[in-house]
Amino acid sequence: MPSAAAIPPASSAAREITFAQAVREALAEEMRRDPRVFIIGEDVAEAGTPFKVLSGLVQEFGPQRVIDSPISEAGITGIATGAAVVGMRPVVDIMFGDFITLAMDQIANQAAKVHYMSGGKLRVPLVVRTTLGATRRSAAQHSQSLHAWVSHIPGLKVALPSTPYDAKGLLKSAIRDDNPVIFFEDKMMYTLRGPVPEEEYTIPLGVADVKRPGTDLTMVATSSMVQVALAAAEALAAEGISVEVVDPRTTVPLDRETLVASARKTGRALVLDEGYEQYGVTAELAAVIAEGAFYHLEAPVRRMGAMHVPIPFSPVLEDLTVPTVERVVAVARELVAAT
Amino acid sequence: MPGFTEVGLWLQVYREMLAIRLFEERVHDLYRRGKMPGLAHLYIGQEAVAVGVCRALRPDDYITSTHRGHGHCLAKGAAPDRMFAELLGKAPGYCRGKGGSMHIADPDSGNLGANAIVAGSTGIATGAALAAKMRGSDQVAVCFFGEGALGQGILYEVMNMAALWRLPVIYVCENNLYTEYTHYTETTAGEPAARPAAFGIPVQEVDGQDVRAVYAAATAAVQRARAGEGPGFLLCHTYRYLGHHVGDVDRSYRSREEEERWRRERDPLQLLSSWLTAQGLAERSVFERMEEEVRRELEGALAFALDAPYPEAEEVARHVYA
Repeated sequence: MPSAAAIPPASSAAREITFAQAVREALAEEMRRDPRVFIIGEDVAEAGTPFKVLSGLVQEFGPQRVIDSPISEAGITGIATGAAVVGMRPVVDIMFGDFITLAMDQIANQAAKVHYMSGGKLRVPLVVRTTLGATRRSAAQHSQSLHAWVSHIPGLKVALPSTPYDAKGLLKSAIRDDNPVIFFEDKMMYTLRGPVPEEEYTIPLGVADVKRPGTDLTMVATSSMVQVALAAAEALAAEGISVEVVDPRTTVPLDRETLVASARKTGRALVLDEGYEQYGVTAELAAVIAEGAFYHLEAPVRRMGAMHVPIPFSPVLEDLTVPTVERVVAVARELVAAT
Repeated sequence: MPGFTEVGLWLQVYREMLAIRLFEERVHDLYRRGKMPGLAHLYIGQEAVAVGVCRALRPDDYITSTHRGHGHCLAKGAAPDRMFAELLGKAPGYCRGKGGSMHIADPDSGNLGANAIVAGSTGIATGAALAAKMRGSDQVAVCFFGEGALGQGILYEVMNMAALWRLPVIYVCENNLYTEYTHYTETTAGEPAARPAAFGIPVQEVDGQDVRAVYAAATAAVQRARAGEGPGFLLCHTYRYLGHHVGDVDRSYRSREEEERWRRERDPLQLLSSWLTAQGLAERSVFERMEEEVRRELEGALAFALDAPYPEAEEVARHVYA
């Protein structure tokens, strides 16, 4: 069940804003609320990032709190970790998710472990905002979805918002969380519009959301794949197949109960994620469902993720690498036909 | 001629160096008797750097430390009993037995943690300095590391930002000549001092065996940083008497003669006590009495740790998340 806080307002009068605006609003509101919150990253101030997500923030908060850094992913992540350890609440901007590899020692060996290694005495209230997603024709070093890398490390929380509403509510919670949170935004979704209330709200980390109710098949989908799953569900509805779309919203902590309950109810599950399928997030989600709902399943859990190839440049090739609505519909049909 | 208070300072400094020396000897002994799990990287020989630098700091200033960190922790104010307990994996240890020798953190004394990744804490120290500056406090952060960290890229990333933003951080490089098992000249091109200089960070080269020289240099760097004049870099020339870690016993990469020469001619405790006696500021017997006292204190601290319980099983899953 989605929590009460997770249900967007039903009112048709609710305003609609873009995913990028939702992220910006979350940052601005948290920076107004808490002077310890600051932003650090490459081209975050005047440029407002290449995606313009942060436009206007430096004008309101000044260059002391929206800090343009050198191109030094490890350095800024380390510096933010240190600032967090002594009580600040930094938000690091890593321009492309591919570049978390450069900061991986600071993320996996420092930020993730400080609290545990210190026996609980030190805390790291750090947010690392970065992107995921292919299909921008950006080729292999600007197109990866590496959230499985960080989901693997104890001590990190990992958020994957799929709507403007979720992006705002989850980011506010991430900033208020006393742990390092890696926050992945799909760069293809920055222009996606959706209802976001004017009034204050947060979404707890670790609570899945049923994005569409259904009875024949559960699609567990993350980030960009939620939109793919919803489009596929719409197409399948025309064929009389009722799909329930469940969005975990965070891979860590993971709301196992909601996933398992949905799979038990529908008896079939397809897991969708834009990270590499091999050893990826789909493996974990499928295993959780298999362990929790095995005797309720009428067919093996299926999963779809990115192909195990560096993402190619050519549009024709790139589109082959990630799940599309057509391919998802095809696999869903097979699943429902299986008994 | 130093006055009475200055004599008191140097006797206290001597005592702190002695406590580190004797603490480390106890650790070595524990390891050789199979009483200590894991590894320990001993600091014997380098005591003047930790004590000389930490003496120049206030209790609310920050340090970060390295895998060879016992000396820094003690110099910044950690208690030997809880340190021994941590080294033995016991519940009352500084990290509840979950950090061990390489991860002792004690925020109460400003110690943001020892770090087992070479150069791994350089970002943390620089970030603590950024936070101090943003809050308008006059705290400074000291980042201890060995010359091996000069090979790691993150050091240069954070020194660049520290210099650009005039952060109150002091990089203290302890060149003990050996990057693990390899002489530093085989791992480090050019002059180490030229590297921070390239960022416009003032460098002071110091005889790391002379605690008075280290203290003077650190005091100057701390004053600059506290006054908002930006980062500093101390390049301390020192020597690690023992191996890279307690299991490195044959040390085939260097000669016993070299080790003996440093012990005989460049020992930081002897250098200070000789200066104090030569100046007529202290009798030899003062140091003998002090050694008895420190040994007795450390015996008590070790007994506490040996008697302490191990952590309960549920401790394993505690503090993964705050």
